Amino acid sequence: MFEKTIKRSPAGVALDTTGAHPAGLAIRELDGWYDDSHVLHAVSLSVLPGEVVTLVGRNGAGKTTTLRAIIGLLRKKRGSIRFGSADIGDLGPRDIARLGIAYVPEERGIYARLNVLENLRLPPVLRQGGMTEAQIFALFPNLQERLSSMGTQLSGGEQQMLAIARVLRTGSRFILLDEPTEGLAPVIVQKIRDTLMHLRSLGYTLLLVEQNLQFAASITDRYCVLETGRVVDTFDNLNAHHAHAQLRRYLSV
Amino acid sequence: MSELFGVPMTALAGQLMLGIINGAFYAILSLGLAVVFGLLNVINFAHGAQYMLGALVAWALLNSWGISYWWSLLLAPMAVGAIGLVLEKFLIARVAYDHRYGMLVTYGLALIAQGLVRDHFGAAGLPYSVPEALRGGVDLGFVFAPYYRVWVVAASLTLCVLTYLCIEKTPLGANLRAATENGALAECFGINVKLLSTLTYGAAVALAAFAGVLAAPMYSVNPVMGADLIIVVFAVVVIGGMGSLSGAVVAGLGLGIAEGLTKTFYPPASNIVIFIIMAVVLTLRPAGLFGRDKG
Amino acid sequence: MNSLLRGNAMASKLRGAAPSGTWQLFAGLTFLLLISPWFLYPLFLTKVLCFALFATAFNLLIGFGGLMSFGHAAFFGIASYIAAYCARTWGVPPELAIPLAVAGAAVLGVLIGALAIRRQGVYFSMITLALAQMVYFLCVQLPFTGGEDGIQGGVRLPFLGLFELNNDWGSYYFCAVVFLAGTWFAHRVVHSPFGQVIQAIRDNEPRAISLGYNVYRYKLTLFALSAGLSGLAGGLKATLFQVASLPDVHWSMSGEVLLISLIGGVGTQLGPLVGAFVVIAIEHYLAPFGSWVTITQGVAFIAVVVLFPKGIVGSWGSRVPGLFRSRAQAAVHSPPKQD
Repeated sequence: MFEKTIKRSPAGVALDTTGAHPAGLAIRELDGWYDDSHVLHAVSLSVLPGEVVTLVGRNGAGKTTTLRAIIGLLRKKRGSIRFGSADIGDLGPRDIARLGIAYVPEERGIYARLNVLENLRLPPVLRQGGMTEAQIFALFPNLQERLSSMGTQLSGGEQQMLAIARVLRTGSRFILLDEPTEGLAPVIVQKIRDTLMHLRSLGYTLLLVEQNLQFAASITDRYCVLETGRVVDTFDNLNAHHAHAQLRRYLSV
Repeated sequence: MSELFGVPMTALAGQLMLGIINGAFYAILSLGLAVVFGLLNVINFAHGAQYMLGALVAWALLNSWGISYWWSLLLAPMAVGAIGLVLEKFLIARVAYDHRYGMLVTYGLALIAQGLVRDHFGAAGLPYSVPEALRGGVDLGFVFAPYYRVWVVAASLTLCVLTYLCIEKTPLGANLRAATENGALAECFGINVKLLSTLTYGAAVALAAFAGVLAAPMYSVNPVMGADLIIVVFAVVVIGGMGSLSGAVVAGLGLGIAEGLTKTFYPPASNIVIFIIMAVVLTLRPAGLFGRDKG
Repeated sequence: MNSLLRGNAMASKLRGAAPSGTWQLFAGLTFLLLISPWFLYPLFLTKVLCFALFATAFNLLIGFGGLMSFGHAAFFGIASYIAAYCARTWGVPPELAIPLAVAGAAVLGVLIGALAIRRQGVYFSMITLALAQMVYFLCVQLPFTGGEDGIQGGVRLPFLGLFELNNDWGSYYFCAVVFLAGTWFAHRVVHSPFGQVIQAIRDNEPRAISLGYNVYRYKLTLFALSAGLSGLAGGLKATLFQVASLPDVHWSMSGEVLLISLIGGVGTQLGPLVGAFVVIAIEHYLAPFGSWVTITQGVAFIAVVVLFPKGIVGSWGSRVPGLFRSRAQAAVHSPPKQD
């Protein structure tokens, strides 16, 4: 599952033999269950700091489950998940968030009982280096116009932007995004791509789940293909045609 | 005119005032119940007992240490609220995943509180006099309004409004609303939902205890003063629903007034009128008057 | 802890026919009841059996149907009043007074159930409590109940003119027969086609609805059966002890039958009897200490939920492994925010 050559982070820092960087993610032989249903099988995956990795696979392949396992929402697991030097497998979501992992769920999770500004300010600032509100509004100007609207009065695209915006305040540099472009118009998808590219240029690490392969191809460094709860392949996106052929093989695109 | 449907205006106004007072208590208690249920998924059966303990602490403070009513308004909620914090952390949090268990455990707590108080203080009521500053009243012509009752209405409604504002308009309230709506996601942001739950329960208990202190000079302090009250409050939250805080307050006030009116015009039905209204609401609008409920 | 309110032995018996072991159970029970008065006071045993029958009725609803009522005192108490009033005021013999009491309780059960079943979960419980409280207040005010004094005195007429009830032993054996009959009836309900549907509803209500079952009517029927059987217990108690009073219809009585069911083991066959024995015995022992009965019951409620969710019978000799509620039922009753 891992490249055999010496891997370097985008900043050029050499990595240790397990492929983990002090602030990257390393999942080893992860098994996961929902009650008695065995949903993840020996999943191994690493994400280097500054990298953009996309989990792809058919519906039910275990992509969302993997993200939930990382953020601590999947309780029944076996195997190791390390973030930097910390073993986060037994931690709850709160502790994992405090270590610097942010989560943008598939359903976006915008609160109906909070207005836009409250939604934005809800996640507490956990470390230095997060964006200021001014910076966030510069990135998402249309949110600034809707501050007093209740969360769910926003359109799907606005909610998605809000869901991304609010975690940028926290200072967390490792963001999990579950299908950020699902159901959105091309114009909004473009906006989200620009946002994610911007984050990448700032050194953020992104682990995405995406069904929109065109979108994924435009931003990801690497793919990780999941099938029925197992990692079947990982490959990089340096050669777009080659990558596309690989994807077609697995997903009959 | 001095009569309405054969009832003198003074009697009507007097009962209406009592109705508003009862309504204010229903409002405070159903507010506390609704907030706790929303966040902790627990029906706090002990809420009535905690109201009783507030009154009891006020009585004890006065009789043992001569501490005045005004200090009791601050100290009793703090004391009973502190007990609430401990109860939530070590007991209630353990059963919060099933609302029925929560109801059973808090029922047990209510029995324990009632039993202990009855054992120690007896079943008869303990008297608590109206504080000096609020004795007497004002003659409005058609009704004599005792200062103390006016104070109780003003204080409880103010408290309801303050609680509502705190929850709906402050960042802390935003945390509470978010945790109530989707606590798992709130945890993913780093919010300590468990601590929030503990503090919220303590605050709701303090709220009930405050109402108890308000009640002490009006009703004698006895072990079961909260028991029958909590059952009526249950009917109030069934009618108003627990999804809407303003709904809980409006329902509480409205039903208190309805009770007062019934007491004026048809006294035999006054202690069951709220249950009758509940039956009617269940027949016509099962989801409760203000909707937003889950089940 | 998930096991507390889940049918225990009953859950495993999904076939309609009576399971093996039933005859042995009833034979053993009959034998036990036959010889008990030689070891314990018949009057005490009579009281235990009345409450055991009450708990059996209650168990139908909570253990089998999964519905936690906080208002069963209404059925027990109303039946108690009806039986006592008929006997004392009209001289009605028990073979008529008790069925009348059962009918009254069943009718009340339909009325209260019709309203309570409209809501789920905690709302159901709160509604049963509120409506039972209404019944309590009515009983306080209505003249026929005798208010604070209740209905007392009157002669215990012989059952069917033959069976003497005015001595402790006669009362006891009559009570034992009625208890066995009531338990057998509850057993038949559980192991009937009706019972199977009830279980399906309890385990996965949305699925039962999608299969076309009129869930409301099934629940209401179960509620009425539970109420009627509770009425049998109440009528029996009033007939044998010649007293019906406000405590019978007070919310603490609802709490008591709930505690009996929890301690005995919700959903078990012997739970009601064991639970009734324990609770009534403790009451008798602590009676001189007044409030300590209440305190002990409060502690017992908490202890059972936190420490012994399966109750006495459930913890000992449970043949059903894995007493967790089905996932579907958990999904219905848990809020979405829970993991």
